[in-house]
Amino acid sequence: MRIVKVLGVLAAVLVIATCATLATAEGQVLLNAAGATFPYPIYSKWFDLYHTAHSNVQINYQSIGSGGGIRQLLDKTVDFGASDGPMNDDQLKQASVPILHFPTVLGAAIPAYNVPGVQGDLNFTPEALSGIFLGTVTKWNDPAITSANPGVKLPGDDIVVVHRSDGSGTSYIWTDYLSKVSPAWQSKVGKGTSVNWPVGLGGKGNEGVSALIQQTPGSLGYVELIYAIQNHMPYGKVKNSSGTFVKADLASVSAAAAAASKYMPDDFRVSITNPEGKAAYPIASFTWLLIPSKFSDSAKRDVVKDFLKWMMTDGQQYCEALAYAKLPKEVVTKEMKAIAQIQ
Amino acid sequence: MATTPNAATPTDFTANPRSLLRRWTGADEIAHLITLIAAATLLLIAVLLVYQLWVLSGEARAKFGWSFFVTKTWDPVAGEFGALPFIYGTLVTSAVALLIAVPLGVGAAIFLAELATPRLSSSLTFVSDLLAAVPSVIYGLLGVFLLVPVMRTTIQPGLKATLGFLPFFKGPAYGIGFLTAGIVLAIMIVPFVLSVSREVLLAVPRDQREAALALGATKWESTWKVVVPAARIGIFGSVFLALARALGETMAVTMVIGNNPKIAASLFSPGYSIASVLANEFSEATGNLYLSALIELGLVLFLLTFVLNGLARLLILVTTARGSGVLPT
Repeated sequence: MRIVKVLGVLAAVLVIATCATLATAEGQVLLNAAGATFPYPIYSKWFDLYHTAHSNVQINYQSIGSGGGIRQLLDKTVDFGASDGPMNDDQLKQASVPILHFPTVLGAAIPAYNVPGVQGDLNFTPEALSGIFLGTVTKWNDPAITSANPGVKLPGDDIVVVHRSDGSGTSYIWTDYLSKVSPAWQSKVGKGTSVNWPVGLGGKGNEGVSALIQQTPGSLGYVELIYAIQNHMPYGKVKNSSGTFVKADLASVSAAAAAASKYMPDDFRVSITNPEGKAAYPIASFTWLLIPSKFSDSAKRDVVKDFLKWMMTDGQQYCEALAYAKLPKEVVTKEMKAIAQIQ
Repeated sequence: MATTPNAATPTDFTANPRSLLRRWTGADEIAHLITLIAAATLLLIAVLLVYQLWVLSGEARAKFGWSFFVTKTWDPVAGEFGALPFIYGTLVTSAVALLIAVPLGVGAAIFLAELATPRLSSSLTFVSDLLAAVPSVIYGLLGVFLLVPVMRTTIQPGLKATLGFLPFFKGPAYGIGFLTAGIVLAIMIVPFVLSVSREVLLAVPRDQREAALALGATKWESTWKVVVPAARIGIFGSVFLALARALGETMAVTMVIGNNPKIAASLFSPGYSIASVLANEFSEATGNLYLSALIELGLVLFLLTFVLNGLARLLILVTTARGSGVLPT
């Protein structure tokens, strides 16, 4: 009996060992990544398509948030990260190898509202938006808003501001834009994924914010463009730096990126809010993949480089169906050159 | 003469000193050891938890010290963090929840234990247990889509019209805020108060009731003056169990509280609780100080629960001492 028991245990151990070795069979490359939630739909589609084309490669992406992605990358628990906001200099210093930023797609933040009696698009100037979010513009019939909307009957109701309660790339884009157009905002609040909002209710996620907006008459908040399109939410136009009121859509967002690509720095850490260009939407941003410049495992490095090349060429055709704006050609050309820096 | 010990014979150490190995393999000793390990593991987990919270919040503790408890700003961009709005929000929502849930729960428990037929009692308890099993996210969604519109259009304006002179019912009626969060929490903790109180009331010996009735008390007098006081320790226990749940409740609260770190007397005002800010900001927190401040908030919540539990035990001690004649009533 005892012999049978011992043999049984040995057999179990052997089976487990074989399974373990089979899992890491020759040629299998497993990459772990983590980061931003905003581009998760397109990333998961890309990783899935890439796996179908290269069956030995498995890329596992966890959308835990940009901050989490950066932290995991610095702790080296993932192979690469993703973030809606570029890493700042302090964070880059903490990395053991230099981190490269690769823009992947574009997103935008739009002002959504629920004003009783208003059906069409409202125009918002930078002064109006910053005043509303600072709490200095408190009513819908304030001159800052009515002057941009002649002929629209705006009620005298209070504006209920809605923002994000969780840390988010959308908040980063919004506060980055407000910091650029309003010195008062820049000194009082600043930009970040999480800020000390002077006024307003906080909703969790794009869903939370849109639920609050839809339920609260007289509310104004910001959500991701894709979210507004897919949920058929009414949203307004924003005045860009050329003075045109532009409504966010894929074309105007791409125009913002094209305008910015003229002065794109080599490390791609650029903010494209409030750019030049008549057709450009002023509150747009890239989202980046954060790739270490040195890989210890050459198989992983080759997969990453190949994936980046694929993503910038074939991968971009899937963007528009999911309502993400594609990278402009100039940026793609520059990124292709930068891939060579990964060793 | 050494006799071989076995499970049937109790071990007698003085008469029969056994070898170390023999002493540790008796069935009694093994049972003792296993249960000791279980208890020690629990204690170890609690200690490790506090230790980890302490260590990881080190940076924030070093920078802010005691002022963390009294600072009102929460500014991730400037690096200034203060716990006061969150402590206030947690305490206010829990207080509102208890004010609603305790009379409701204890009243229902008294009805089910004393005045209802056994079948009605067990089926209603079953329903209440089902309520307790509903995930908190569902309560949050129900709160946002059902309760908030009702609050905004009916209840809050109604309260403002009737009790608007009180500082608790001033300000614009958004629908979300401390009051709504308190109501959602109350619905979530009523089953706890109800089931534990009911069990404790049922456990009061029958002769207590019969003695009261024999002395000429009515059914209600017997219930209220004899049975409930006999069960009061258990009822207090159920209240503090419910409070512990209310303090830590995250998802339901974060959907209806407004997520605005403000301290205001009005219950209509949006606010923030510790659990909500942790749920909202933890995953995207960039920077060691920010993360460390959030973990310190977790430590504060732990401390809060600890202090409230301590007060509960003190209260029970005092009431039992008074009841048993040690302290003057």
